[in-house]
Amino acid sequence: MSSEYQTTETLDVKGLSCPMPIVKTKQAIDDLDADDVLEVVSTDSGSMSDIQGWAEGTDGVELLDQVEGDDLYTHYVKKTA
Amino acid sequence: MSTDNTTPSADGSIDAAEVQALRERVDELEQSLAELDDGDDQQKMTIVATQGSFDMAYPPLILASTAAAFGWDVVVFHTFWGLDILHEEKSKELKLSAVGNPSMPMPNALAALPGMDSMATKMMQKKIDENGTATIEELIDLSLDQGVDLQACQMTIELMEYDEDDFYDGVTTGVGAATAIQHMAESDVQLLV
Repeated sequence: MSSEYQTTETLDVKGLSCPMPIVKTKQAIDDLDADDVLEVVSTDSGSMSDIQGWAEGTDGVELLDQVEGDDLYTHYVKKTA
Repeated sequence: MSTDNTTPSADGSIDAAEVQALRERVDELEQSLAELDDGDDQQKMTIVATQGSFDMAYPPLILASTAAAFGWDVVVFHTFWGLDILHEEKSKELKLSAVGNPSMPMPNALAALPGMDSMATKMMQKKIDENGTATIEELIDLSLDQGVDLQACQMTIELMEYDEDDFYDGVTTGVGAATAIQHMAESDVQLLV
């Protein structure tokens, strides 16, 4: 999948369900630097709402985009601080 | 616009001293608001986990690890059967109750037969594996890794004749209801599971 974002790292959480995509995303973000962009690839349809809610409720992250493909949900999360 | 406590002069303007007093009052209020904002703005959640069945172990752990991912300060106080979730051996043997479970596709008279709880648990475990849902052990590790405070009620430890070494490393022991109440009072979210 191509993306307009320069992603720093890709997190594969395919096959994992709630709450793993969120928890793993948080852990991956913690390991990145400010302005880095994390690409999260999930098969969990609930991740569309969950990643959005998490990004809104969490300091230091910004949800850039979410792409819904064939049973694949890709999220771009930027670490802002 | 008129207010009760200002007295407009004949030309409708407000007394200069009155304006000055109001300005000072506004400054004072702004300052006390700012002091409130300076407080700890980290969200807090306290969950009291009282159930030790296989299905009831999940909700507190899922909510706790997710709230921790939000950067919240999370305490889970485990008491009575909820203590078994933190017990290293017992947490691996938690059972789903077939009796009195309206989701079970069988009458209670059948569900009460020997081996039915084990069968129901195995079925649920299989579904969990297939669905990519985390195991209870994984959720406990994740929660502890993220700084969730998993607490084991001291009174229940003694009541059940457990040993402090029976629990996962990182579990807090030696705490009681007063500690739980204190955390609940400071929390934005309190849940009893």
